[in-house]
Amino acid sequence: MRIKRDALLGFLMVLPSIIAIGIFVYGFIGWTGRVSLSNWVGLLPNYEWAGLKNYTNLLFNDPRFMVDIRNTVIFTVLFVLGCLILGLFLAVLLDQGLRGEAFFRSLFLFPMAISFIVTGVVWRWLMNPAQGSRISGLNLLFDRIGLDSLINSWHATPTWGIAAIAIPAIWQMSGYTMALYLGGLRAIPDDLREAARVDGASEVEIYRHVILPLLRPVTLSAMIILGHISLKVFDLIIAVAGKQLALDVPAIYMWTTTFDGQFYGRGAAIAMLLLLSVAILVIPYLYYTIRTEAEL
Amino acid sequence: MKRYGLMVLLLLVVLTVASCGNRTATTETDSGSAGEMSETTDSEGTTEESGDTSAETGEVEVFSWWTGGGEAAGLEAMIELFAEEYPDITFNNAAVAGGAGTNARAVLATRLQAGDPPDSWQGHAGQELIGTYVAANQIQPLNDMYEANGWMEVMPETLIPLISQDGNIYSVPVNIHRANVMWTNPTLLAEANVDVPTSWDEFFTACEAIEAMDKVCLAMGEQWTAMHLLETVLLGSLGVERYNGLWTGETDWASAEVTTALESFAQVLDHVNSDASALSWQDAAQLVVNGDAAFNIMGDWVNGYFASSPDSGGLGLTPNDAYGWAASPGTAGTFQFLSDSFVLPVDAPHPDGATAWLNVAGSKAGQEAFNPVKGSICARTDCDAALFDAYLQSAMDDWSSNEVVGSLTHGVVANDSWKSEIDTALGLFLTDRNVESFQSALAAACASIGACQ
Repeated sequence: MRIKRDALLGFLMVLPSIIAIGIFVYGFIGWTGRVSLSNWVGLLPNYEWAGLKNYTNLLFNDPRFMVDIRNTVIFTVLFVLGCLILGLFLAVLLDQGLRGEAFFRSLFLFPMAISFIVTGVVWRWLMNPAQGSRISGLNLLFDRIGLDSLINSWHATPTWGIAAIAIPAIWQMSGYTMALYLGGLRAIPDDLREAARVDGASEVEIYRHVILPLLRPVTLSAMIILGHISLKVFDLIIAVAGKQLALDVPAIYMWTTTFDGQFYGRGAAIAMLLLLSVAILVIPYLYYTIRTEAEL
Repeated sequence: MKRYGLMVLLLLVVLTVASCGNRTATTETDSGSAGEMSETTDSEGTTEESGDTSAETGEVEVFSWWTGGGEAAGLEAMIELFAEEYPDITFNNAAVAGGAGTNARAVLATRLQAGDPPDSWQGHAGQELIGTYVAANQIQPLNDMYEANGWMEVMPETLIPLISQDGNIYSVPVNIHRANVMWTNPTLLAEANVDVPTSWDEFFTACEAIEAMDKVCLAMGEQWTAMHLLETVLLGSLGVERYNGLWTGETDWASAEVTTALESFAQVLDHVNSDASALSWQDAAQLVVNGDAAFNIMGDWVNGYFASSPDSGGLGLTPNDAYGWAASPGTAGTFQFLSDSFVLPVDAPHPDGATAWLNVAGSKAGQEAFNPVKGSICARTDCDAALFDAYLQSAMDDWSSNEVVGSLTHGVVANDSWKSEIDTALGLFLTDRNVESFQSALAAACASIGACQ
C-alpha cells in the first residue's frame, strides 16, 4: 500500500515534465514530421500532402545535400578523432600525479564553458586566410617565427576548407574528452598496473594492453557525445565563415532553406533526417549502456 | 515484454536528447520571437493604459529592422516629423534588431501566422515583398494613395512596374540604393595607367595591367556579395531588356546569351581576391581604399561606409579623391535599384494610423528627413540635392534620368524562394566553376518556381 502511494506521488511529481516534454518535444517532432510530408512553400502553412517527395529530392536529386553529407562526414571524422587523441593524451599527462593538477584540469576544461559562437568569432580572427601584405592571425604568427610552410588559407581552402572548422571544435571539446578519460583512468585500480609491472611489462605495454582496453567504454561514450554534437554543428560554422556553400552542413541548409527561402517542407525534411541520423548513432548505445547497467 | 518496454523507453530518452540540440536550429527563432513579441505587446499595453480610452485611430505600430546607425537616426527623424503632422496619433516603434532584417522577418512571419499584424512594416520593394505578403493575402494595393498624393508624377516611370503586381502598387518606397556601382581607387588606376572600364572586355584588359603590379583587380567578399556581382554581370552582359526578361520568363535561362554572360562571370571571378569567402562587404570595399585592389562592385552603402566619420563606424574619406565610382561595366545609363518600403496590411489594427504613416513615408519632407541621415537617396525625384553629398547627388541625377531595373540580391526581381535556389546554384558554382551545370541549375530554379514554363 505504502509503496503504491509513493509510486503514485512520484508519478504526479514528474507528470508536469512528462506533459511539457510530450508537447514541446514529441508534439513538435510530430508536427515537423507532418510538415516534412507537405508542399509548404511560402509564409502561410500549407499542409497539402506531398508524400516522401521532400525526402527523395534531398537524397537523390540535390547536389547541395550531397555537399552537406560529405562535409559532415569529413568534419565528424576529424573532430571525433582529434578530440579523442588529444583528450586521451592530456588525461594521461594529468594522471601522472603532477603538481598543480587541479589548475591544469580547469585550464583544459574551460574552453567547454564557452559557446561555439564565441569560439567561432575568435577563431575567425585567428584563421584569417589573408596573405601577403594583409596577413594576420595565425598566418602572421607563422610568418614572424619563420614557419612559412604552415601559412595556409584555412577554411577558404578549396574542397577541404571544412577540415579547418574542426580545429576550433577540437580546441573546445578536447578538454571535455580529457575529463571523461581522466575519470576512466582514475577508476582503474592500481593493483592492475602493479600486477602488470610484476609480470615485467613496460609502461608503454601497460597502457597498450591494460589501460586502453579498460578505457573502451569511456571511448565509446565520448564518441557518441562528440558524434552527435558534430552531426548538429551549426553555430560554429556560421560564426567562423558565415553562410557559404563550400562549408554547408545539413543544419545550415535547414536554416537557410526554411527561413531565407521559405521552403518549410524541405527544411522540415532535413530536420527529420538529422534527427534520424542522431538516433541511429545514439539508440544502440543507450540500449547497450542501460542493459549493462541493469546487469550490474 | 520487458525488453520491449525498455526499447520504447530508450527511444523516448534518445529523442529527448537528440531534439534538444535539434531545436536550437528549428525553433529557437520562434521562442526568440515569442519573447520579442511579448515585449512589444507589453509596451503596447502600457501606452494603451496611459491613453486610456484613446480611439482606434489614436495610434500606429510600425515594424522595421532599423535599429542602429544612420537607419535608426533616419527613422527617428521621420517619427519626429510624424509627431508634428499627426500629434494625436501615438507612434509605436516596433523595430527588431538583427542582420539585414533576418530576425525581424522571422518575428514578422510569426506575428502574421498568429493573425497579429503590425499596422505597417518594412520590406524590400519588389518581389521579395510581393512574393511573400501579396501571395499570402496580407497587404493591400496602394494605387489610390499614390494618385491622391501625386506620387506617380514624382517617382520614375520605370520604377512603378517593379513594385507592382498586375497593375497594383503594393508599397511605398522610402529610400533608394543603387546596386550597379563600381568603386575604384583613382591612385592605383593612374599608376597602372588604365581608364575606368565601361565594358567587361575593357575590364579584363585593365585587370592585366593591375595584376602586373601585383595588386588585386576586383575585391569581393562572402557569398552574397558574389550574387551581387553576378546580377551586375548579367545586367551588363545581357542589357536591360533581356535582363528584365529573365525575371518574367521572356528570356530563356538556357539561351546562348545567358551562357555568354555566365562565362563572363566565371572570367570575372578569376580576377578576384583569393580570400573572398572570408571577407565581409566592408572588408572587401576597404581593400580598394587601402590600395590593395583597384575595383569593388557593391551597392552604394559603400559610399556611406567610406564617407561617414570614424565616430559613426565609417572611414572618413573624401569622395572623388580617396575613391571614385562609376556604373559597373556595361550598365551606364541603367540604375539597378533596391529600396526599403512600407506596406498597408489587409488587417491593420489601426488603418487610419497606418495610412497617416505611409503619407509621411512617401512625402517630400519625410524622405528628406530620412535619406541624408541614412545615406541613401529619395525614391521621389524632387528632393533637395543640397542635402546630399557628392556621390548621392550624382546618384540622384541618374535616378531621375536613367532606366530603372531591379536588383536580385536585394529582393526586387525575384521572390525569396527563387533567390535562395539561385544562391544554392551560385554556391555550388563557386566551388566547382562548372558553367554548364550552373546554367542548367539556374534554368531549373526558374522552372521550379513557376516563372518559366
